[in-house]
Amino acid sequence: MTSCDAIVIGGGHNGLTAAALLAASGRKTILLEASAHLGGAARTEEIAPGFRASGPAHLVNRLDPSVIRALKLDTACLSGKALPTAILDLAWGPALVRGAYGEVVEGVTPEEARAFAALREKLFFQASLLKRFLARTPPRLGKTSLGDMKDFALAGLSLISQGREEARDMLRMLLMNVADIADEYLSDDRLKALLAFDATLGIHLGPRSPTSLLGLYYRLTGETNGLPGAQYLPRGGIGSLARAFEDAARRAGAGLRTEAPVTRILSRQGRAEGVELAGGERISAPLIVAAIHPKAAFLSLAAPGEMDAGFRKQIRNIRSRGNVAKLDLALREMPRFTGVKPEDHEARIVIARNIRHVEEAFNPAKYGAYSPDPVMEITLPSLSDPSLAPQGAATLSALVQYAPYELKEGWETGKPAFLKIILDCLDRHAPGLSSTVIAARLLTPPDIEAEYRMPGGHWHHGELQVDQLLINRPVDRASSYATPMEGLYLASAGAHPGGGLSGLPGLLAARHILSGGR
Amino acid sequence: MALDRLSARKALQNHIDHPLLETPFHPRIEALSRSQEWYVWAGYRAPLSLTDEEMEYTALRNSCGVFDISPMKKYRISGPDAEAFLDYVMVRNVAKLGIDRVHYTCWCNDFGHVIDDGTLFRFGPESFRLCCQERQYEWLSDAADGFRVNIEEETRAVAGLALQGPTSCRVLLNAGFSGVEALRPFQLARFPHEGGEIVISRTGFTGDLGYEVWVSHDAALSIWDRLFSAGALHGIQAVGYGALNRCRIEAAFIVPNQDFMTADHVLRPDRARFPDEIGLDWLVDPAKPYFNGRRAILEAREGKGLRHVLVGLEVEGNVPADGAIVYHRGKHEAGIVTAGIWSPMAKRNIAIASLDRPYGSDITKDFFVEIYALREGRYHKLMKRATIVSRPFVKLERRTKTPPDDF
Repeated sequence: MTSCDAIVIGGGHNGLTAAALLAASGRKTILLEASAHLGGAARTEEIAPGFRASGPAHLVNRLDPSVIRALKLDTACLSGKALPTAILDLAWGPALVRGAYGEVVEGVTPEEARAFAALREKLFFQASLLKRFLARTPPRLGKTSLGDMKDFALAGLSLISQGREEARDMLRMLLMNVADIADEYLSDDRLKALLAFDATLGIHLGPRSPTSLLGLYYRLTGETNGLPGAQYLPRGGIGSLARAFEDAARRAGAGLRTEAPVTRILSRQGRAEGVELAGGERISAPLIVAAIHPKAAFLSLAAPGEMDAGFRKQIRNIRSRGNVAKLDLALREMPRFTGVKPEDHEARIVIARNIRHVEEAFNPAKYGAYSPDPVMEITLPSLSDPSLAPQGAATLSALVQYAPYELKEGWETGKPAFLKIILDCLDRHAPGLSSTVIAARLLTPPDIEAEYRMPGGHWHHGELQVDQLLINRPVDRASSYATPMEGLYLASAGAHPGGGLSGLPGLLAARHILSGGR
Repeated sequence: MALDRLSARKALQNHIDHPLLETPFHPRIEALSRSQEWYVWAGYRAPLSLTDEEMEYTALRNSCGVFDISPMKKYRISGPDAEAFLDYVMVRNVAKLGIDRVHYTCWCNDFGHVIDDGTLFRFGPESFRLCCQERQYEWLSDAADGFRVNIEEETRAVAGLALQGPTSCRVLLNAGFSGVEALRPFQLARFPHEGGEIVISRTGFTGDLGYEVWVSHDAALSIWDRLFSAGALHGIQAVGYGALNRCRIEAAFIVPNQDFMTADHVLRPDRARFPDEIGLDWLVDPAKPYFNGRRAILEAREGKGLRHVLVGLEVEGNVPADGAIVYHRGKHEAGIVTAGIWSPMAKRNIAIASLDRPYGSDITKDFFVEIYALREGRYHKLMKRATIVSRPFVKLERRTKTPPDDF
């Protein structure tokens, strides 16, 4: 049996981050990835001859600066400018939100632009307070440390610093729904729709569901290139960022193995001792870092008799059913969206007419049906990276909401029907687009589950809602990266702070381990 | 038509006449009951006494008392992973439990707090029965996730009678269950009865020679009649819980939600108990594979997690100390008496008490119990000296002697 100091299960960006830091600390570290490629949901694969596309992650909007620093991550691929967002509207034309989440807003009245600026400032201020808690291990109830107290105090001070009214308003808004806030501040349906869409993307909530504003806060806690709320499409595609993570792990000296699916976490008397691979090969290590979905780690890989039953039940009850389908199209030519200027096609294009549209798209998902009139965000990756498609051709990537994990009619018949609905919708906004489709890959949540080994097909590895955040992410007893199994740590999006291309779960988990539990 | 529906509904309304469940032995017990003293045991109507508690206690200790244990919860656990599953659930090593053997055990939640205790019967390599006080189906089912086991509730399907006392073996032999004399303590065997099969185990809750007879629901009355006609000349007597309770206190057996609060029932965080805090540390096997609560129990043992201790007390005088507060040197509150009686066998005033450490662990002397004796409308407050003594209070050679002496 081979042995090493640390095993990281899962070669997504969080696993690579954790592996890089553990290896850099001098530990002999082996990372095991089940598929043939590293990068997880950010990896880029061929969808048709000459066409390549990324997984569910198709934009960079929260790559954490501390991760970049710690890994000395090569972020040259992000050196371009922040992408705008275009919210389409066939009657009024698109509204364009430019810079870091709308430093400049175009296509709306000056009053509306001012109203958006005011709301934006407020949301960023509130998000900045929350951000403090996302960047460190969540406090442990009953074991609150000095550092925790410092953070509480600083958050409190910054809250008060803006005046009593702001503090009061934050407490009022924190658990509200995004629709009421948007209605309160804005009048332009396109801007309201954008907030409603961004707050609920990847979360099983509609804009009118209580607490839906949290999703938007989460989005706004992200920053890239020092710009909070900014979004980027890396040069060379998302895959080039995945490669940067891979290079960092390699540079640090981690052994990276692909096509090495772990089938079991070996343990004795509740202490992790190693892993067994599909071929029967065993690797022993006193430290196992699971950079995979918590359900996969605790329910599929750890032996049922090696962890407490109550804990396992909590893990079973994590809500983790995806709502988003990922569409990748190989197109004969670059699509033209009505009303969008040619140079603005590099934008993130959002199709959501108003709050009601987002809400009504959500309704069927509650009852196991897809949206007959879905909302979506679209990017054209080959615009920024021509290598993703043959000369003259193009790729389109879209996240389409809502596509429930468990479709009542079954995805076998549901998938072609849903694809047709999406293509019809695209045709309305980019006439003739569907006739240029060479190949289409629609990943429903069950497809994402199978392809990226994310139970439920949920890219956050568990709903990002108030009861599954902070000290309850993924559940209380595993919320500080250590788990009830000695020697087993969790370092995936299922851990604090959550999903998205941030690298924070991997970073914080590794730091927690290296500090010996703070 | 409407009339049919009406009478059907009328029939369903009868439940109000029988608000409590009745065990399959109930017709016989009801017929024998002179005192008509009943209590509710897990939803069943159960006798506190049938004639006179003193006489029933005397039967248990001098001839043969019969106690209906049908309301005990019973679960059949079977399947390829049954042993591994139970070894994971229980603190005791189930791999060491032989076929046709029984052992006493307890199980804990994730935090190492005792959920319940009970007896585990092993019928075969992959077949067990768990017999306990509280409902456990949900907990067992939750814990079984990932194990190839089948858990079947058989509380109603299986009826049980405890035959306890020196003549219990003779009664069974007279009833035709020859071979029963060869059963060692915690051993079980199958016997034919009316074309079917019954199980007799040498187990019980009195610390005496005794057996438990397990039959299917339908065979309950016929086994009762068979035993009572066989035991007529050997002092067989149906007993209620009052008499049994005295015997179990003498044997220092604990009762869930009486001597300790079960983890699923407590509301206050400091009321749940580790096995070590209720005298069950000897069940815990840290050397076996992981079991539920192991980490918490071992952490409590290593750190300062154990806060209570269960002790046996001998109290001066003859007034039972049940429910009394225990004081150290008459000043500092040290714990509570969870069960206490005047023991006719030991001729001592005995009590089981839960003390707060260091009382009972490091400080083992100078205890007093404060007894409120209600005498004709007035409390007499008695401060009685109490001494920690070893358990059980009554130790009987005949409990383990095989074959048993013939009385």
